[in-house]
Amino acid sequence: MADLNFPFVDPPRQDQFQSCIKCGLCLDSCPTFQETGRELESPRGRVQLIAAVARGVVPLQAPKVAQTLFSCLDCRACEVACPSGVPIGSLIERGRAQVVGWQEAHPDLHGQRSVSKTTRWAVTHLLPNQRRLRRLGWVVARVQRLGLLSGPGRRLLPKPMRAMAQSLPPLTGKETLPPERTTGSSPNPKKKVGVFLGCVMDVVFGDANQATIRVLDKNGLGPVVPQGQNCCGALAIHAGERETARKMARRNIDAFLAGDLDYIATNAGGCGAALMEYGEWLADDPQYREKAEIFSKKVKDVAQILDTEGWQVPRSATTEVVTYQTSCHLSNVMKAGAAPERILQSIPGVQLKPMADSARCCGSAGIYNLTHPQMAEALLRRKMEDVPDGIDTIVTGNPGCWLQLLHGVQAYRPGVQVRHLVQVLDDAYQRETSSP
Amino acid sequence: MKAAIQRSMESSVLAELVRVVGAKEVLVDIEERALYGYDATIHRFVPDAVVRVGSLKEVCDVLQICRQAHLPVVPRGAATGLSGGVLPVRGGVMLDMGRLQRIREINREDLYAVVEAGVTVERFAEAVQETGLFFPPDPSSARASTMGGGVAENAGGPHAFKYGVFRDYVLGLTAVKMDGTVVRTGGKTVKNVSGYDLTRLLVGSEGTLAVVVDATVRLIPAPKAKRTLLTAYDRLDDAAASVSQIIARGMQPAALEFIDDASMRVVEDYLHLGLPLDAEALLLIEVDGSEAEVSRQADEITALCESLNARSVKVAVSEAEAAGLWKARKSISSAVARIKPSKVSEDATVPRSQIPAMVRKLKEIAQHYEVDLVVFGHAGDGNLHPNIMCDETNQEEMGRVWQAVAEIFAVTLELGGTLTGEHGVGTMKAPFMQWEHGEEGLAVMRAIKNAWDPDHLLNPGKLFPEDAPPWPVSLEPWESRVKHRGTSWPT
Repeated sequence: MADLNFPFVDPPRQDQFQSCIKCGLCLDSCPTFQETGRELESPRGRVQLIAAVARGVVPLQAPKVAQTLFSCLDCRACEVACPSGVPIGSLIERGRAQVVGWQEAHPDLHGQRSVSKTTRWAVTHLLPNQRRLRRLGWVVARVQRLGLLSGPGRRLLPKPMRAMAQSLPPLTGKETLPPERTTGSSPNPKKKVGVFLGCVMDVVFGDANQATIRVLDKNGLGPVVPQGQNCCGALAIHAGERETARKMARRNIDAFLAGDLDYIATNAGGCGAALMEYGEWLADDPQYREKAEIFSKKVKDVAQILDTEGWQVPRSATTEVVTYQTSCHLSNVMKAGAAPERILQSIPGVQLKPMADSARCCGSAGIYNLTHPQMAEALLRRKMEDVPDGIDTIVTGNPGCWLQLLHGVQAYRPGVQVRHLVQVLDDAYQRETSSP
Repeated sequence: MKAAIQRSMESSVLAELVRVVGAKEVLVDIEERALYGYDATIHRFVPDAVVRVGSLKEVCDVLQICRQAHLPVVPRGAATGLSGGVLPVRGGVMLDMGRLQRIREINREDLYAVVEAGVTVERFAEAVQETGLFFPPDPSSARASTMGGGVAENAGGPHAFKYGVFRDYVLGLTAVKMDGTVVRTGGKTVKNVSGYDLTRLLVGSEGTLAVVVDATVRLIPAPKAKRTLLTAYDRLDDAAASVSQIIARGMQPAALEFIDDASMRVVEDYLHLGLPLDAEALLLIEVDGSEAEVSRQADEITALCESLNARSVKVAVSEAEAAGLWKARKSISSAVARIKPSKVSEDATVPRSQIPAMVRKLKEIAQHYEVDLVVFGHAGDGNLHPNIMCDETNQEEMGRVWQAVAEIFAVTLELGGTLTGEHGVGTMKAPFMQWEHGEEGLAVMRAIKNAWDPDHLLNPGKLFPEDAPPWPVSLEPWESRVKHRGTSWPT
């Protein structure tokens, strides 16, 4: 379905934007509005701009339409702040697809594309293809080992990627797990949990995936890694590539609904949020609509699953001062609440110092820090100012945040570690077995 | 006239505005202008340009330039208003005050603060609270709405019941007239009877007399303790009677808020607090004072409400629970959009004793015109918010909505009330001003307007019936009002 002023498939729907009554309660929740103070860079402004395009007041191709739809971090803080329940994220994602559609149809008119050719290629050809992604991981690992990313060699990279490349953790070049076998040790697990590996997580933070599997197993939540799964599609949907995203969604649905699972566990807030919205992505697909709803209902972050099903409090002691940076999507879409903090605080010897405004986006936002380096850097600086003094570790729950925070500590807080929640818990369990 | 405006904007005026505030702060693209032509009403206009001012001097210069070019100017805070007060109905320049972000002084010895127009009410109130003092006005929009907007609209909120509205806290103002001259009114003292009270005149003048740049406001010591009570009723009449009785017996809670069943359902849908969804009405009550006083008041009110058939009286046990209840109350005005996509919000206010009569009348009006009407609001000071939920694209329905609105105004005045308790007249109530003030009252207001802004350039189309857009304000699409200028899109 398309309409007059949004000529491409999947337009922002009138019932979605009409429920915005322009009360403004979203304004101060939006990081880009906090930075700029401009209506154009606010959730209300973005929703009303979409309404203005739909009504023919502003043409879809007006440059600032593209600019502001793509300057949104997609952090969803506005959705939590909105009493009227406007699906702002979905509207913006649909709006982006219209912009991209128009730019595709007019290749000669726009020098500046909202989504670069490289990004497009990456989300349509690299991320959906786990083998290709792993091969790239292998190459990066080699390049890293030669010291090319930390030395002068990094000048070969585009500017925004240089700092990131430097803070990238050393890759192993090996996949975390062959994605096709049952990994749990217990013959009678109390729940059956399908583990979602993710794309970046799998290649860059494979340790966290392994830790997730061990932690689930330790708590009798039989982890399985379904075969045929692939990237969640979040980066594609953010880039306006809805058809690619839907293809990935269908593949994941097939992979995970094949087994009789109680939960689909994610350890990446961004992926989890995307998996939970498959119903919306596939609303017009009669074959997958219902399956998508069933699938999405099972999706929970590993911290939420532990919080619901109960977890063994580690017996080993440590001394570690940590703070927790929730991922926007984990908090705003998956609604993890205080579950991660509860788990952290249960570990003997872990002291949790609260971070002010922890749910405010750190500027990572998928690949936002590569496409909008200035805004991302401003947000990262503010985030690092909110990191309490005297901590050893920033704990997080999403690979995007993880990379961004690694970059942040390198620049502003050298010596501070960044780790995933499941790693901290897994370590505590490991210590238990090594020193009984 | 319109052509003249367009010509002047396109020529030297824009360049002059840019010279004053810099190119970055003058917005002329249609993508941005379209976003500075709305507020929280259902109406939309488009200004010719948006100028984001950052200092008193910039305000003066911009106003001078606009006056010379004969361009209307509309001062804007966060555009959260419910009366159409910031709609640029004649185009012109939208003066965005959002960059004036400083809290200049919080004086604990003399109990006052000086704050710039663009600071949000909530940020200001929190900064005051950190010093142990209290700025009571708390409009539900406080998270977004600005101090400048609060002054211009003389905003209220739940605490108005005990503590009064903006008017009761503003001691002095720095304001700029349309000719660019600065007027400093009032001072830093509570007592001040020197000359005409220009401060009070400007508070609530809706940006039609001068542009408020900063305000000196009175602060009071914060109450030592407070407690929040939630009472539920099976019958709406019993809730209304409880309000009347609480007031009649001289009890003085800090806030006394009324929530009907439909409002409760939508806000429960948003926040999931476990509100008693089968009740017909709720009262949300806050008491404050010393620890002993708070306990005594809470007990008295509980006993009274129970004697008037309250089904339950619940005292919030933690600050977090109380905060949740207040968040619920303050979200209602927006959460009602879950019922139908558009709404017309009113704030007709009657003498407190007339609350039960007003609630009955509102129900009759809703039935008669077959409109979806929800009621919530500040029962304690007779200020109810009947909200008519509708679909702005349904013309037949909108016809009935406007008739119902006119009748609400008529009934309110009959009961001895006023068209607006805190939202302001704006464009939405201007056509009815004569009902309340008569020709004589309006004549005096016109004379005042002429003294401050003889060319009628500052926020035109508000307050005065002859000046306002025809009522009901047309909901025709934007196209007819948009001037595609200052932009060059690929075609």
